[in-house]
Amino acid sequence: MRITSFGRRSARLAALSLAVALATTACASDKSTSKASGGADTGGSTIKVGVLHSLSGTMAISEVTVKNSVLLAIDEINAKGGVMGKKVEPVVEDGASDWPTFAEKAQKLISSDKVAVTFGGWTSASRKAMLPVYEKNKQLLFYPVQYEGLESSPYIFYTGATTNQQIVPALDYLKSQGKKKIFLVGSDYVFPRTANKIIKKYADANGMQIVGEEYTPLGHTEYSTLINKVVDAKPDAVFNTLNGDSNVAFFKQLRGTGVKAADMPVLSVSVAEEEVRGIGPDYLAGQPVAWNYYQTTEGARNTEFVAAYKAKYGADKVTSDPMEAGYNSVYLWKAAVEKAGSFDPEAVKKACDGVSIDAPEGKVTIDGATQHVYKTARIGVVQSDGQIKEVWNSGGPIKPDPYLKEYPWAAGL
Amino acid sequence: MSAAAAAAAAVRRRFAAGAWRGPVAFAAIAVLALAVAPATLSPFRLELLAKYLCFAIAALGIGLAWGKGGMLTLGQGVFFGLGGYAMAMHLKLAEAGPGELPDFMVWSGVEQLPMLWEPFRQPWFAILMVVLLPGTVAALLGLLVFGRRVRGAYFAILTQALAAAFVIWLVGQQGLTGGTNGLTNFSSFFGLDLADPADQRVLYFAVAVVLGLLYLAFRHLVASRYGRLLVAVRDGEDRVRFLGYDPAVVKTVAFTLSAISAGIAGALFVPVVGIVSPALLGVVPSLELVFAVAVGGRYTLAGAVLGAVLLNYAKTTFSEHYADGWLYLQGALFVIVMAYAPKGAVGVAGQLRDLAAKRRRPRGARPVPHPAEHPAERSAEEGAAA
Amino acid sequence: MNAFLNQLPVGLSIGAVLLLIALGLTFTFGQMGVVNMAHGEFIMAGAYTAYMLQDWAGRQAVLVALPVAFAVAGLMGLALERTLIRRFYGRPLDTLLLTWGVSLLLQQAARDLFGAPNVQVKAPEWLVGGAAVHGIRMPYARIFILVLALVCVAAIWFYLARTRQGRRMQAVMQNRELAACSGIATSRVDQRTFFIGSGLAGVAGVALTLIGPVGPALGTYYIVDAFLVVVAGGLGQLRGAVIAAFVLGLLNSYVEYWSDASLAKVVVFAVIIGFLQLRPQGLFVLRSRKLT
Repeated sequence: MRITSFGRRSARLAALSLAVALATTACASDKSTSKASGGADTGGSTIKVGVLHSLSGTMAISEVTVKNSVLLAIDEINAKGGVMGKKVEPVVEDGASDWPTFAEKAQKLISSDKVAVTFGGWTSASRKAMLPVYEKNKQLLFYPVQYEGLESSPYIFYTGATTNQQIVPALDYLKSQGKKKIFLVGSDYVFPRTANKIIKKYADANGMQIVGEEYTPLGHTEYSTLINKVVDAKPDAVFNTLNGDSNVAFFKQLRGTGVKAADMPVLSVSVAEEEVRGIGPDYLAGQPVAWNYYQTTEGARNTEFVAAYKAKYGADKVTSDPMEAGYNSVYLWKAAVEKAGSFDPEAVKKACDGVSIDAPEGKVTIDGATQHVYKTARIGVVQSDGQIKEVWNSGGPIKPDPYLKEYPWAAGL
Repeated sequence: MSAAAAAAAAVRRRFAAGAWRGPVAFAAIAVLALAVAPATLSPFRLELLAKYLCFAIAALGIGLAWGKGGMLTLGQGVFFGLGGYAMAMHLKLAEAGPGELPDFMVWSGVEQLPMLWEPFRQPWFAILMVVLLPGTVAALLGLLVFGRRVRGAYFAILTQALAAAFVIWLVGQQGLTGGTNGLTNFSSFFGLDLADPADQRVLYFAVAVVLGLLYLAFRHLVASRYGRLLVAVRDGEDRVRFLGYDPAVVKTVAFTLSAISAGIAGALFVPVVGIVSPALLGVVPSLELVFAVAVGGRYTLAGAVLGAVLLNYAKTTFSEHYADGWLYLQGALFVIVMAYAPKGAVGVAGQLRDLAAKRRRPRGARPVPHPAEHPAERSAEEGAAA
Repeated sequence: MNAFLNQLPVGLSIGAVLLLIALGLTFTFGQMGVVNMAHGEFIMAGAYTAYMLQDWAGRQAVLVALPVAFAVAGLMGLALERTLIRRFYGRPLDTLLLTWGVSLLLQQAARDLFGAPNVQVKAPEWLVGGAAVHGIRMPYARIFILVLALVCVAAIWFYLARTRQGRRMQAVMQNRELAACSGIATSRVDQRTFFIGSGLAGVAGVALTLIGPVGPALGTYYIVDAFLVVVAGGLGQLRGAVIAAFVLGLLNSYVEYWSDASLAKVVVFAVIIGFLQLRPQGLFVLRSRKLT
């Protein structure tokens, strides 16, 4: 090789140096924005906002719908004159279902695009990956999905439910139905594990019994053994925190045992209208779910939202809780900015307390202390047409309490 | 002393033969990486470049094991992860301070620091583990597997299964490893403030220097007697055995070195990107590392480095502008590279020259075949099936 | 005792799924040395075939889809073999990377054609629900998959042992050069093998719609398991694949019953790695006098 391939090697090295040079100059193209961090560009007639969801990979199934509803809200706001007279210009980035990518894109939105705010994330892992980026740069993130609580970052607004707005009401509902023996089934990650910790505390204090707790890897599709364990334990109800595709396999295989929803309901906290379509209402009809919003939730504002979404994305599309929370995020941010009279994150944070909008789920108000929102908890039952019918609600918006401080039984979590 | 003299003599010989081009190109790239890039790139882009260079360090190891040694390892994510977690555990503990628990343990309900974590308080222990952990695992696995003559596709599938199992295990141990979330939220790295662009720049230099040193070391190794033996094992394992060498040992050494380089890459990745999580270590990321090496050119170490940098750069650029297209591009690139340019980007120039030469001389003398041409590789890999 | 009996059919049905997904691979990998990472996407193609046929066949689509999916996936495999894999014989490691690229393309294509979310495939009424005999539960869908797997094995066995084409296939598998010398058109045999192997993936995909999600990522859930079955069973070994699939299925079901799903998967992987230490070529080895 040494003798015969001098030409080859030098050509190779030349190609190498050329490529590196190209890459360097290409990277250098945004040198103009070389300021360390942050500071939204508020000079022009438009204001940029970041939209950061997984458009590819395993989470795309869920997150694309949230991205769509965020863009819908931005369109609506622009049609009505924008925010403080500026048109909102979305910069959409792909988190690719990969947590480090979320961190990278978040930084890119802040330092290259100079966005005023970012709407994004779905999984807890993606939020945990982005959190240090937003705290480091002192910029705002609106996170639209129900989550496991026990967090309150000064630079994140949580517009989905925290545990006392979803998990706890769901337990109250099961208790009111006389369900005493509960089996816990979840995917193996932070949300189910934390949720189950809370459920166990609740059960201890409320005379309920946990007869089993099982976790499966994300993307797991083989549930016969787990279902045997569930059926053998003879629970009154199953509390299901499985995520994504695993739900499809679980419900299809559960049906094979012939156990009816009426005898052993499976209450799910990650199955919304979109997931019902993928699993098939056949397998789900009669099963309860816990959210803050359903497509069928009554009110003129929701009728308007559903119609607008269908008009933009197709008549066969459904709306769901995380989509609605994503949609609300944009309006909440707009209201907070207008109250503050500034796009500055610190000003927005200061002004946010008590900011309220008329959302599809009803009135939604920001709690300044936690930067979570007041939300109404709703239990629904899956119908055979794939829609979810509300059967119970908390009667009004519940104050967010991410650390469950107001619940004596939750001490020591 | 005599070794130095011999080296000096070798250098003289090579310069006499016109081999100055290599060092010159290396120096040019070093200048580009150490002077031009930091001066022209924004802090954000420089951080990204540092990330690409981390992948390039891992790619170096794959270049050695796969390109030179013929071992297609689809489980490099495991070693990347071992190095990354060793470093991240130390950073987490340093952050929490003495007697305190890392944040994720608090919300995972862990009340006492697991035994496994305790020694990682010491920086020297963590750094030692970055090298030792992947190295030992790879050495043990290599001796077992290569000793039993598991090779070719079997070895590839085995390492892939290893990556899959490792991720499932990691995710399952949430109290110990942070589960799916992994370990995040580091603010300092041996006194460097990770939020400060100036300190990030220092980190970038560190990564670039480590990459350069490892590259030189691996090149030296490949040029040595051992390097030739390694290539010989790739091209005809049984023949090497008949000559009295033990191919298992030869392969294990290369595999171990590749694991160590992946471990170092993982350890540097943690402060650069600020996260280590199972999402980085599974079947797909491991395959992507190999893919980068294939695109750059697996038969040369420079190709491996080039591939890792270019491919990750392409990934960033593409996903910023056309997210859905990345999978198509990646898939198509894979197919094209494997089908038409098995020697990767650095081989394309040579291929074009061969093509031109063929056109000039339709019949008659054929160019001297490249030693890494397929017939040789074929004989090596057929061994897998028999 | 009851738990032991209850897990038995579970293990068998997991084994049946493993067998179905791996059956095609034992031939493409075993005979041709092609590590086909796109096998999972052929499974996906089978599942989407069932989905497409629903418009026409309604709830019985799953039955109608079995032969159609065999043809669809088989033709996809054939196309892959003719256009690309043909160039790669003797370079198994390169086929691995090549077909991984193909699998990415097919996944993204599925995403664009059918959308990213999962789609519904309705099972025929008679496959919904299950029977319980002496307290041992057996879902109908699982019985169906078990029977289907056994039928496929029987059909393959018959083809290999009793037909001319099948015997040619075996001849090529055992010694390609000698088979070629004896006048067998090996490239035609290769095409046929690839058609059948990929077609079986399509059949597996239809069966999986009964118990799992149908979406663009479907193939990725099964591909690693499928390869492990083949590796454990031995290349191109029908009985090896059958035994390996059921042993791994039973192992998985019992370990999971007494621990949890994550541990069961890790244990299965560990057992296979350990097993390959004992028998690096899998359960059954094709004996030949070839010098490596």
